[in-house]
Amino acid sequence: MSEPVLSISGLSKTYASGTVALKPTDLEIARGEIFALLGPNGAGKTTLISMLCGLVTPSGGSASAMGHDIIRDYRAARREIGLVPQEMSIDIFERVIDTVNFSRTLFGKPKDPARIEQLLRDLSLWDKRNEKLKELSGGMKRRVMIAKALSHDPEILFLDEPTAGVDVELRRDMWDMVRRLRESGVTIILTTHYIEEAEEMADRVGVITGGDLILVEEKKALMRKLGKKELTLVLAEPLSAVPPELAEWKVTLEDDGHELHYVFDATAERTGVPSLMRKISDLGIAFKDLSTKQSSLEDIFVQLVHERRAA
Amino acid sequence: MNWRGIGSIYRFEMHRFARTLWTGLVVPVITTSLYFIVFGSAIGRNFSGDIQGAASYGAFIVPGLMMLSLLMESIFNASFGIHMPRFTGTIYEILSAPLSPTETVIGYVGAAATKAMTVALVILATAHIFVEVQIAHPLLMLLFLALIAITFCLFGFIIGVWAKGFEQLQIIPMLVVTPLTFLGGAFYSVAALDEPWRTITFFNPFVYLINGFRWTFFGTSDVSFGISLAITGGLLVVCIALVGLIFRTGYRLKA
Ligand SMILES: Nc1ncnc2c1ncn2[C@@H]1O[C@H](COP(=O)(O)OP(=O)(O)O)[C@@H](O)[C@H]1O
Ligand SMILES: [Mg+2]
Repeated sequence: MSEPVLSISGLSKTYASGTVALKPTDLEIARGEIFALLGPNGAGKTTLISMLCGLVTPSGGSASAMGHDIIRDYRAARREIGLVPQEMSIDIFERVIDTVNFSRTLFGKPKDPARIEQLLRDLSLWDKRNEKLKELSGGMKRRVMIAKALSHDPEILFLDEPTAGVDVELRRDMWDMVRRLRESGVTIILTTHYIEEAEEMADRVGVITGGDLILVEEKKALMRKLGKKELTLVLAEPLSAVPPELAEWKVTLEDDGHELHYVFDATAERTGVPSLMRKISDLGIAFKDLSTKQSSLEDIFVQLVHERRAA
Repeated sequence: MNWRGIGSIYRFEMHRFARTLWTGLVVPVITTSLYFIVFGSAIGRNFSGDIQGAASYGAFIVPGLMMLSLLMESIFNASFGIHMPRFTGTIYEILSAPLSPTETVIGYVGAAATKAMTVALVILATAHIFVEVQIAHPLLMLLFLALIAITFCLFGFIIGVWAKGFEQLQIIPMLVVTPLTFLGGAFYSVAALDEPWRTITFFNPFVYLINGFRWTFFGTSDVSFGISLAITGGLLVVCIALVGLIFRTGYRLKA
């Protein structure tokens, strides 16, 4: 990996209430990637991001953005970071253009009407620039928050649950937008509890639960490594029960006996597929179609958390 | 120094005031006029107490009126200014910006003090319609005005950070500042009080603010200007120290 844009070392947080929100965590983020921090509610995602952005004081460890320590050299570090928080927090009495200009100058950058125009155009907000925020829809408001976060041209953009509570269509819009942002060279770290979102968007995924970053992996490798596959046979004649000869494969009948399902580990030495197929042929069970499907990140996640609990 | 960042907060706050400019300025003008009609004309003509070198009782109460509004405006504007972003959550942006605590405070307190001083000067101008007001030390008057505005804007900032809701923002100005200002000789000379009230009154710090300010108008007052200045300076130092503590500990701003 080239020089990371973000480097986290032993960062941890215990709130005054005694809640251990994040155990000592190490993480490096490469320039230009989309990194998804995936975990259920209360996993510590917001806490981690909040520490990097200066909203929460770390209990231990350190972190640096573009080589600048987030505490010692906070000015330089924060200039490289843009944050779109989880909650919708904006001044509803302000106009779009004013609030974006405010953000840019707040971060110490000179006013730049051309840059702001381009940013608002990219986010399809230019037509709305003179409207007060209270007049905008929820999706638009969220885009204004992104515009604010990008107004000072940061290298790193944090999106905390960008599509939580957003309908399917808007979620697709958001995903497209995030991809375009990445093309413009911004490194993106997003948090989500939607596995679908991580699967759709991320280059790499960090799985976090109970304040513990339990796994960081290239999404593709993660899928491959932990990926279970499912074999589906569409039967010519429906079966009323699983033949006892197939018991050792733990196959299941679905769709009123029209489909036979077999889940196997695609990375294992012996997948059990050839022997199962031979047995089916010996038994004279005819099938019309056959397919295999990679398991989703959701299945992987459930498995990971499960293994963790068992350990 | 991130001067642009400071300017950003300052302009945002001034813009907020501008949105309510008319109520913000018309209210003090009307209130002042009422004071003059009641105190200046109706009561003032028959007032026989000490007016310390002022031309009339009407003129005598001008510094007190200005001080009353200055204190209320300072506390209210500064506390509201920092409380609002805490309440709506927009504080995230201030906390994540490359701004030092000092810069953040300069932005908020600077804007609140500007607004408070503007109101005080509008009151002075309004008073001028009703009575002749001479100012013995105009420059010192402005400096003292600024000093008190900054001190009480810092105090307001502390209240805005401390308060858990909008009710609490009102409590201190209503329950502490208004009574202490009225009892601190805003409309009379405390030297004229009978004992033990006279002695008790001198434990009220607002006596020193009001009298110090009055001294800049008439050249005389119940206490020496030096003592007034020292006590105001003391309050300023205490407020600065408390604001410093807020940022060092992250009290109610950062978890
Ligand atoms: N300000 C706070 N004070 C005390 N506990 C907190 C605070 N913020 C979050 N927590 C707790 O820390 C844990 C992690 O929360 P959070 O980082 O918000 O998780 P996530 O964003 O993954 O949902 C939770 O148990 C939450 O209740
Ligand atoms: Mg969260």
